[in-house]
Amino acid sequence: MSSGPASAIKATGLTKRFGDFVAVAGIDLEVEPGETFSLLGPNGAGKSSTMKMVSTVSPITEGELTILGLDPSAEGREIRQRMGVVPQEDNLDQELTVRENLVIYARYFGLSWAQAKERADELLSFAQLTDRADAAVEPLSGGMKRRLTIARSLVNTPELVLLDEPTTGLDPQARHLLWERLYQLKEQGVTLLLTTHYMDEAEQLSDRLVIMDQGTIVTQGSPTALIAEHVTNEVLELRFADGPPADLDQHGWRIETLPDRSLVYADRGEDALRRLAELDVHPTGSLIRRSTLEDVFLALTGRTLVE
Amino acid sequence: MTAAMALLGPARHVVERNLMSYRRLWLIFASGFVEPVFYLFGLGIGLGELVGEVEVNGIPVEYAAFVAPGLIASSAMNGAIFDATFNFYFKLKYAKTFDAMLVTPLALPDVVKGEIIWSTVRGSIYAASFLAISAALGLMTSWWALLTVPAAMLVGLAFSAVGTALSSSFRSWHDFDYIQLALQPMFLASTTFFPLSVFPDWAQPLVQATPLYHGVSLCRNLAFGTISINDVGHVIYLLGVMAIGMAITQRRLGRLLLG
Repeated sequence: MSSGPASAIKATGLTKRFGDFVAVAGIDLEVEPGETFSLLGPNGAGKSSTMKMVSTVSPITEGELTILGLDPSAEGREIRQRMGVVPQEDNLDQELTVRENLVIYARYFGLSWAQAKERADELLSFAQLTDRADAAVEPLSGGMKRRLTIARSLVNTPELVLLDEPTTGLDPQARHLLWERLYQLKEQGVTLLLTTHYMDEAEQLSDRLVIMDQGTIVTQGSPTALIAEHVTNEVLELRFADGPPADLDQHGWRIETLPDRSLVYADRGEDALRRLAELDVHPTGSLIRRSTLEDVFLALTGRTLVE
Repeated sequence: MTAAMALLGPARHVVERNLMSYRRLWLIFASGFVEPVFYLFGLGIGLGELVGEVEVNGIPVEYAAFVAPGLIASSAMNGAIFDATFNFYFKLKYAKTFDAMLVTPLALPDVVKGEIIWSTVRGSIYAASFLAISAALGLMTSWWALLTVPAAMLVGLAFSAVGTALSSSFRSWHDFDYIQLALQPMFLASTTFFPLSVFPDWAQPLVQATPLYHGVSLCRNLAFGTISINDVGHVIYLLGVMAIGMAITQRRLGRLLLG
């Protein structure tokens, strides 16, 4: 451990309180260089508060936090020089054009005008926005604005990029294009820390993740390990016209009952469905699917991720 | 210019951002210069026909020449206040421009400094243009008058800092009405159009308490080359207002943006 490079992010007992409200309740996490690490959880889980502390714009209340081996309370400027931040809310500069947004942002990082312009053109092509370079920001689509925000976070060629809910509000096509750009960054060895409340996003992108709920870490690991550890391979989703039979949980499977459907956790959904028919249980609809992180979250907290 | 910018450190990038955003808005920028010119012609020259001569430090001067330095200081104030209030508030609350800056190597003091300097630049450009017009009309009689530009910068710094301090404490656009409510009487009363001796004894300390009074006095003394030790007091007063305004702005923004 000591011979390897320092952690990209290391938090021990990290706590954030606003008055009496505890937003982050003493979490431990360690992100390795080059890793894509996600904070997954519902709204209010403490993801964004954690991101703000890591981006050095929110002082920690308690605990320890180092970013790129540096102390955010004393070396914020040095950390930010090597980091990129994609905030949850778009804060692109509406008074500037697409290209100017990148150029001036590069100036904030101390690049010369010539370097800033060159970098802006590279990033416009990375974000597939070259033909919109001289356009105003406002009329861009949600997906384009996000891509521009991500491009902007890369002007300083950062070692670490923080992305707070990068795809919230985007249509599936825009999300996939964005994921593909994030893969490219990952391949270049950039450490990515992202928050999301989409379990498919966390599964797709993360090497490792933590599931957060009410300011604490519920569990952590790789997506596949978490699924293997907490749930079965498959899930059988059942719908009943008059609600599920009362003895559904008496047959040896773990059952989660949601308002509109019941989930039966079974390694082989087909077998479970056949067995239910033998037991004279006849749902009005059924679906067999692979288990996901959503099921892990449900198993650990008894609640769904996106309410 | 480049050397002066380098002195500002990272705050210069905040100034650059504002210059960039105004490149397409030069007409709006230029419009701010027109108002004091109207006052000069309307009141200074028009009314001056009726008023005749006024005394400055014992020297009789034309009324228009009396008013012109006051308008240099007011131009600096108006230019500075406009950017430090409406534009600053928009960037703070709606555009989230400062949030975007604060995740870069820029720190809060850079942002505050950069914004205040930018508003000052705007006010100073108006003041300098106004000085040029006044000089062309033969209203400036001393070479000391060139120093009204740095004096106007001081006025700009003081009002920018007060403007950002107020804007960062405001809750909604309605609060801006108070600024207008304070600025109009100050503009008229700060010896821009009448000397201090016109005011009754009880009102004189009120006039002298306004930052614009100190700016106008300083510019007027420079315009006529009648500077004295009192002018050091005006400079200190304006610098003091700037320092207090900056400190309040920094504190308020720290609470709003770095929670």
